[in-house]
Amino acid sequence: MNEPLHPQLLSIDRLAISYADGDERRRVVDEVSFDIASGEVVALVGESGSGKSTTAQAIIGLLPEGGRIDSGAIRLNGEAISHWSGKRLAALRGSVISLIPQDPGSSLNPVRTIGAQIGEIFRIHGERDRTAIAARTLDLLDRVGLSEPALRVRQYPHELSGGMKQRVLIAIAIALKPQLIIADEPTSALDVTVQRRVLDLIDEVRRDAGTALLLVTHDLGVAADRADRIVVLQGGRVQEVGVAAELLAHPRSAYARQLLADAPSLNARPTNRQPPVAGADSIVVAGLIQDFAVDRRTAIRAVDDISFTVRRGSTHALVGESGSGKTTTARSIVGFQRPTAGRILIEGTEISSLAGAALRQFRSRIQLVYQNPFSSLDPRQRVIDIVTEPLRNLSSLGPTERRAKAAALLERVGLPEALHMRRPRALSGGQRQRVAIARALVLDPEILVLDEAVSALDVTVQGHVLRLLDELQRERGLTYLFVSHDLAVVRQISDTVSVLQNGRVVESGTVADVFERPQSAYARQLIDAIPGRRSSAHVGQP
Amino acid sequence: MTTIEPTLSLNTHQAARPRGHAQFRRIVRRVQPGLLLSIAVIAIVVLWAIAPGVFATQNPVLGVPVDKLQPPSALHLLGTDALGRDLFARIVHGAVHSLTGAFVAVGVGLVVGTALGVIAGSSRGFVEAAIMRLADVLLSIPALLLMLSIIILLGFGTVNAAIAVGATSIASFARLARSEVVRVRRSDYVEAAFGSGGTFAGVLWRHVLPNSLTSVIAFAALQFGSAILAISTLGFLGYGAPPPTPEWGLLIAEGRNYISTAWWLTTAPGIVVVIVVLAANRISQGLGGHGR
Repeated sequence: MNEPLHPQLLSIDRLAISYADGDERRRVVDEVSFDIASGEVVALVGESGSGKSTTAQAIIGLLPEGGRIDSGAIRLNGEAISHWSGKRLAALRGSVISLIPQDPGSSLNPVRTIGAQIGEIFRIHGERDRTAIAARTLDLLDRVGLSEPALRVRQYPHELSGGMKQRVLIAIAIALKPQLIIADEPTSALDVTVQRRVLDLIDEVRRDAGTALLLVTHDLGVAADRADRIVVLQGGRVQEVGVAAELLAHPRSAYARQLLADAPSLNARPTNRQPPVAGADSIVVAGLIQDFAVDRRTAIRAVDDISFTVRRGSTHALVGESGSGKTTTARSIVGFQRPTAGRILIEGTEISSLAGAALRQFRSRIQLVYQNPFSSLDPRQRVIDIVTEPLRNLSSLGPTERRAKAAALLERVGLPEALHMRRPRALSGGQRQRVAIARALVLDPEILVLDEAVSALDVTVQGHVLRLLDELQRERGLTYLFVSHDLAVVRQISDTVSVLQNGRVVESGTVADVFERPQSAYARQLIDAIPGRRSSAHVGQP
Repeated sequence: MTTIEPTLSLNTHQAARPRGHAQFRRIVRRVQPGLLLSIAVIAIVVLWAIAPGVFATQNPVLGVPVDKLQPPSALHLLGTDALGRDLFARIVHGAVHSLTGAFVAVGVGLVVGTALGVIAGSSRGFVEAAIMRLADVLLSIPALLLMLSIIILLGFGTVNAAIAVGATSIASFARLARSEVVRVRRSDYVEAAFGSGGTFAGVLWRHVLPNSLTSVIAFAALQFGSAILAISTLGFLGYGAPPPTPEWGLLIAEGRNYISTAWWLTTAPGIVVVIVVLAANRISQGLGGHGR
């Protein structure tokens, strides 16, 4: 699909960038070199901390405070721009190189209209004619597929959804027909189906104008779908550069191989899961309805007649986009809120019939692991205290036995003793999620509810945590309820699945059935949105 | 978009600058001379309150009538008042009254206000509404009027004045504590603590309180400055300690009668109050910045 390559549009030569860290400087990008030809799509792939975003920021001279280029060169059309002044670079930004930022929620000015913000790019680069600006703005909004452009220009960012905001940002990025677009994780804050549409849009506008794209992503699946060439970064160094299909089929570096193995979207087959022998029902949800009062008269129905059954020792997944009611269902099952109607049986006990001390005692049987390990651990407690706390609440063990049990469990989830006295702030995201898992398991529950428990983690860390969960399930005969929007992960670790949309179950069954023969249009749409499908053929046939 | 300063062009500059200079600047920035000075000021005033005899040897209460209204000199650092008492000695001996007053005032506000705020933040419905509306009522009464009314009810005296000053800050403490508690209560780790079998009181004590108190403590330090000011105000108006107590507000009030002939009688204690209040505010700022 490549046009004959023109001379290099952008060339990065042995770039080294460091940040001020107290008195020292910490090197985050080290000897990174790669080129982008005009019209080419290059993906910069790596986990967080690999220096991929820093590299992208350096290209347009927007390094955060404390960051500086130590050595190396960035050449645009053969001219070195890395030492250019802010003013000269500002003339480039938007017109020659433009940026699609990561989080559409915080990248638009909340007090100015969409029209004003798109118009700004024309004004900055010298257009003075108001009617011309207005006409070009409308044109752009139409171009990025926003419905009713005439209405949108007068709206404010909070009136648009996340996907629409990202379209506005794409409109700003392509407004002046730049030669290179840098997209920094353009979809990681969006829902799966929206993600795919936004990536399709970027692809389309880019191909029409022959613009080159630098796609910064942690998802090898996304890179596999969209990029001509892939640059794999780890710890600020380039591990491997190659043509996408070739790199995916025959990764040379160990790190690229590992990324490939950990990317759930590129591993079509579930990891040798044995369906549990028919056991008793562990969770039975029947006709669950959950309303939330908006005011005295009106209520929102978040969950509308959901029913499913989970067998003991198996993993059931609840999938859907945000707003589908999956998290609400999970919270009702754990007993954080009372169902408006319907029954929830946990190991034969009706959870809504419990209150006070009985509910407290019951909590030792079903535990929740939260999505965000940064907010679910008390920042003032030490790791060991966090894990002993449930025992202090609900067990009759003495202080030394509690500590011993917690320490043993922490070792089991892969946290060495050296980390036990630390506070959550001094741990990485994956380590924190291990602490959260240990806290949930310390009471020896029968059921673990995992609410997007791996969504906030990098692919590699995600892979480790998923393997840990799998081992723990087999060791302890745990039942998992796995809430996720990531179908690739669900396929990897679940036995059965319920697909939720607008508070209703639109499809349910075994993972194999739902993924291979989806009955409903919505399930099919979700499955099609999994990135990495286009290139899974390459992976399958090396 | 255009306001972000590119840092690219800085590297050549910084490398050229002598290394020692940059290091010195970094140390100064970390130590924060303003904060150090403020801590020193408060430390000296606290020492004045603990051992006034060490700093001022002259008698603060019994004067030498012959030496009345003398301007600052080597013998009387800050001059003397109408009864021939050494002003510096009176200021030093007065520190204990202003400081204990401020401590009591902040203590009253902190304990009562935080307790009310935590109760309001952690309970819902009627209790919260009642406490917070009461706080609104307190806030709507002018502070000075409220203080004077409370003193008239309780009677004159240093401690009663302090309690009156403290009472005016209860509402602010309660509001701050409540908003912090509400914020912390909504966090995942508090829910997780309930989910792992925590009792209401247990979770409140172990998670909610420690995580909401940082800004309350910083606010208390800020209140310390205004409490000194308020106690001096009450002293000035004659609602605080009775003469001949060398309380700072009273010193200013007594000096007022001689302002045209003996300016030092009002100026010196006034400047002391200003410096102590500024120092307390600077420390509170440091505390707040640290917590965040």
